[in-house]
Amino acid sequence: MSLVHETDYGTPRAKVGKTVTLTIDGQAVTVPEGTSIMRAAMEMGTQIPKLCATDMLDAFGSCRLCLVEIEGRAGTPASCTTPVAAGMAVRTQTDRLKRLRKGVMELYISDHPLDCLTCAANGDCELQDMAGAVGLRDVRYGYSGDKHPNPGKDESNPYFTYDPSKCIVCSRCVRACEEVQGTFALTIAGRGFSSVVSPGMEESFLASECVSCGACVQACPTATLTEKSVIEIGQPEHSVVTTCAYCGVGCAFKAEMRGDEVVRMVPYKDGKANRGHSCVKGRFAWGYATHRERILKPMIRENISDPWREVSWEEAIARTASEFKRIQDKYGPRSIGGITSSRCTNEETFLVQKLIRGGFGNNNVDTCARVCHSPTGYGLSTAFGTSAGTQDFDSVEQADVVVLIGANPTDAHPVFASRMKKRLRQGAKLIVIDPRRIDLVRSPHVEAAHHLPLLPGTNVAVLTALAHVIVTEGLVNESFVRERCDWDEFQDWAAFVSESRNSPEAVAKVSGVPAATIRAAARLYATGGNAAIYYGLGVTEHSQGSTTVIAIANLAMATGNIGRPGVGVNPLRGQNNVQGACDMGSFPHELSGYRHISGDATRAMFEALWGVALDNEPGLRIPNMLDAAVDGSFKGLYVQGEDILQSDPDTKHVAAGLAAMECVVVQDLFLNETANYAHIFLPGSTFLEKDGTFTNAERRIQRVRKVMTSKSGMADWEITLAIAKAMGFPMHYDHPREIMDEIARLTPTFTGVSYDKLDALGSVQWPCNEKAPAGTPVMHINGFVRGKGKFVITEYVATDERTGPRFPLLLTTGRILSQYNVGAQTRRTANVVWHEEDRLEMHPHDAEQRGIHDGDWVKLASRSGETTLRALITERVAPGVIYTTFHHPETQANVITTDYSDWATNCPEYKVTAVQVTPSNGPSEWQERYDDLARNSRRIAHAVEPAE
Amino acid sequence: MIMEGDPFVLIEGMIIAGIAVGATKGYVYIRSEYPHAVAAMNAAIAVARRERVLGAGVAGSPYAFDIEVRAGAGAYVCGEETSLLESLEGKRGIVRAKPPLPAHAGLFGRPTVINNVLSLASVPIVLAQGAAHYRDFGIGRSRGTMPIQLAGNVRHGGLFETAFGITLGELVDDIGAGTASGRPVRAVQVGGPLGAYFPRALFDTPFDYEAFAARDGLIGHGGIVVFDDTVDMAKQARFAMEFCAIESCGKCTPCRIGSTRGVETIDRIIRGEERAGNLGVLEDLCHTMKFGSLCALGGFTPYPVMSALTHFPEDFGARPPRLEAAE
Repeated sequence: MSLVHETDYGTPRAKVGKTVTLTIDGQAVTVPEGTSIMRAAMEMGTQIPKLCATDMLDAFGSCRLCLVEIEGRAGTPASCTTPVAAGMAVRTQTDRLKRLRKGVMELYISDHPLDCLTCAANGDCELQDMAGAVGLRDVRYGYSGDKHPNPGKDESNPYFTYDPSKCIVCSRCVRACEEVQGTFALTIAGRGFSSVVSPGMEESFLASECVSCGACVQACPTATLTEKSVIEIGQPEHSVVTTCAYCGVGCAFKAEMRGDEVVRMVPYKDGKANRGHSCVKGRFAWGYATHRERILKPMIRENISDPWREVSWEEAIARTASEFKRIQDKYGPRSIGGITSSRCTNEETFLVQKLIRGGFGNNNVDTCARVCHSPTGYGLSTAFGTSAGTQDFDSVEQADVVVLIGANPTDAHPVFASRMKKRLRQGAKLIVIDPRRIDLVRSPHVEAAHHLPLLPGTNVAVLTALAHVIVTEGLVNESFVRERCDWDEFQDWAAFVSESRNSPEAVAKVSGVPAATIRAAARLYATGGNAAIYYGLGVTEHSQGSTTVIAIANLAMATGNIGRPGVGVNPLRGQNNVQGACDMGSFPHELSGYRHISGDATRAMFEALWGVALDNEPGLRIPNMLDAAVDGSFKGLYVQGEDILQSDPDTKHVAAGLAAMECVVVQDLFLNETANYAHIFLPGSTFLEKDGTFTNAERRIQRVRKVMTSKSGMADWEITLAIAKAMGFPMHYDHPREIMDEIARLTPTFTGVSYDKLDALGSVQWPCNEKAPAGTPVMHINGFVRGKGKFVITEYVATDERTGPRFPLLLTTGRILSQYNVGAQTRRTANVVWHEEDRLEMHPHDAEQRGIHDGDWVKLASRSGETTLRALITERVAPGVIYTTFHHPETQANVITTDYSDWATNCPEYKVTAVQVTPSNGPSEWQERYDDLARNSRRIAHAVEPAE
Repeated sequence: MIMEGDPFVLIEGMIIAGIAVGATKGYVYIRSEYPHAVAAMNAAIAVARRERVLGAGVAGSPYAFDIEVRAGAGAYVCGEETSLLESLEGKRGIVRAKPPLPAHAGLFGRPTVINNVLSLASVPIVLAQGAAHYRDFGIGRSRGTMPIQLAGNVRHGGLFETAFGITLGELVDDIGAGTASGRPVRAVQVGGPLGAYFPRALFDTPFDYEAFAARDGLIGHGGIVVFDDTVDMAKQARFAMEFCAIESCGKCTPCRIGSTRGVETIDRIIRGEERAGNLGVLEDLCHTMKFGSLCALGGFTPYPVMSALTHFPEDFGARPPRLEAAE
């Protein structure tokens, strides 16, 4: 194995269009118009020396190494900034150019430390390479001359260092921060010889606005910005391309390795979701994989009050099977079930549901999408016929209007946010519909045209009001609707939205959004060119989550904003493989590919291949399993990679359900909160330790490749296989590729998917079958999957969760950039320097009324429960609305959330809880009790090692 | 001077240029070191707006044009057209690579015409008097008149506007009447701090762009600085490098690092350290800066340095070895 080498073409690819032919060093080359001479040369294999140019960034023209001669033109233009022209004759190597390049390199080296042999970038330094390339043999200025200013090493960022002494002021870091990440945290301070890279106004990296995405580190051609892991370990010797296991963007990375040790993760430029970019989590926060708290041996215990006992894999698996069989014998076949993981691979998820349906003999399988995007599946399937987003991420590059609803991509989907911001800086207009003033409402070089700060829970009212404006002001794309949608249903819908109770003026009263703002946003969406809707959990996690998704689909259909690049309806999915987990048949009522379990033909296909009869009744959803457990009819649960105690709503109810079960099997990396109620613990593997595939928010199936040996000895899919065998339902796979072959055989949208194809194409977006052998980037191009697009009336029904005298504030929850969901991984990395605790955001007005100051401990109470945390006073939230994250188990934010949920899918109403906030001076009673329980529950009696 | 004395001719020129290219907004970028010019221009623009010469309908025409004065923040390099644009956009004054030319993508990415005051202020005269009137001034390809600033050690310093074609000797000896100190003129620097030094031997050079270029000099902004025989040309060469180091924007390597190394190298020559070798280094450095720099700041700094070295080698060492002729 060797390092995966990616060619740097020096400047970005030009838009495909007319081509021109020129000659470079006498050789003809044909490239698209607008291509730089540098890139054209690289396309034909001629590398022109360069330092400030890299193909992730626009040409800058500062280093002056890439100068060339062009026949008939005076001087020596820079090849990075000079576009090709037809018939141009370029020479890249002449005596004059050699003299110039050597002269420039001599200057560079005269201002650079001479510690190459002990430098962390030794062997991976472009300055070193270029000194060699131009043949520099002497620095006649000597080394005693003035040196550029060195404000001292900055080691404040936990993941990389900044050593100004090694800086060559190529501005690649500054430009990467601006062009790739869009944060504008870096600049050059001073001028001339005193120029120096500076985070913010001469702050440290950590104190600046830097979001630690690492684009600057990746862009740096020297050791000026270097990963601390490289400084510590040294240069990697081989690399493997794999897929990030954090959010649903699905960034492709090169895991750069030294033996079995990860040296660094470098975003892969050929990754079609991320195009060579990453965020702080994917690039840096992988240290959890080797964290000391990882559990590497299987453990069992009789009661959850006992300490854990380490056992062999054989014993743990046998115990799992015997317990499940015992429970089924005693309480009936439907008394057990399982939960698949959106963090695990498609193959692993498929196996868990196969185990449950085939081995447990029931359909009690569900997945965490239940609590996030289940309304997306329901809503989009109803309107269009497919339970997934309609576009690829590249589509945003062609959007003229972006509507962002209930999503905060700069925190939760940072790499997509960067791609979106790039488009917004090019002039696309932005509409934000969100109770909070999220960063995108106004951040450097991005400002929303309209922000609709609606009261939590009024999504349907506001979206219907947008439709009211579009219909009553004659902005409907009638030809699209007539051709592509059911016209009768449209007319019913149009009549409904036109009613005056759905007008912006009427809705302003319930939503708090001024009517004029709603009208202006609707006009922009309908008439601003290609308009694309991106949404998140602020849409789905409501009692009317499914209705909101349908309302979004209605808007897209009514304006014809679907079925081509630049438009569409795009759920930003939370987990790396939540799309895949849904695709793989994780829901109790559906087999893979969203086919209902009651369908005899579908079931027969699976039964024939699996050699077992399947139950034709949908099984229990997660909340139903917990209810049934409390009622005493559900007794055993297999949970793969999900921490329902922390992530699901109404923690006390979840705890009661788990406590009522006789056998809870948790398969995870760590003793998570759910494991506090478990009897068997099976140590899972990280994404670095196994093969498989993840499917991201754009339906893109990407390979996960094993880069290190499994620390526990078993990949997660192997554990499921072992349980299945012990349960008397053996499955035979030697490699996950064989599982994918079975998925392809059984799933019409996957028939063209295989590991060979994924290796050849890099990734494919389903549907991938005979009709679309290379996958489907944009859906519904010539017609909707279901036939005619379906308009559904979206009556606004206010949630039962209302504020009142006892609970006068509305709580909504979300994520922050540095932490990920329940934090099991990110809390075990240096990311905690940015977010070491959950904070409660509160408007100054509400805070003052309660005598609360910034940083004070406060008690947060709802009818479900109470917890304490510290307050953060900010105008990001409107008066009456408060906000917190749920990353830390100490906070247990979900003690507060209620059992209300989406009418169609039971997706919990996380985003609206009526609460009260009061000053506090310590943890709540629940927190203290839970803390005791957790500590007690995590005791491990280690197996005694035989003496040597 | 023209902005302070007749700002309306510039306003008129800019309006004509704006109408000619379809621009509706003009900017006058003035160094903050010229507060009188800023005040005079602002006052004139206020008058022009009041009289409806500027605004929605320029002088009763269907064309719209307005002008805004922006003061620089003290960077010499912001006289360079692309850093001027960056500065106008509120950014650090650093040079942009070309292409794209400002005429294609200039201020805020829009097509932009950038000219100096001299050109724009000449437009009304050319249009009023006709092209022939303008062409009849000057010689060769250098047509019209030039405001020339006579400064330094000169008896009659000041601004003189005259047609191209007059010789350097006439300017210095006849109009300037020699040095103020009464000592012989030894060198003059023409064209600003980045102009070449000419000895008396070149005083027959006509004030003409091509004629100066043929003798490795430049007209630049028309400034002439006179030195008598007490001048140390090595120190003047050093000053050129130092000026470049102070004013460099820092974007391109030859200018950013080269100017500092230039000062150091000339210091070594002045101290007599490895004189021959260091003169070679200096010559190579000037080559790198002249042909490698991104803009004229680094690209023209070699003019004063190399002209001092070529015409006054005795100042760089007792018995300087003659520089070998190129190739």
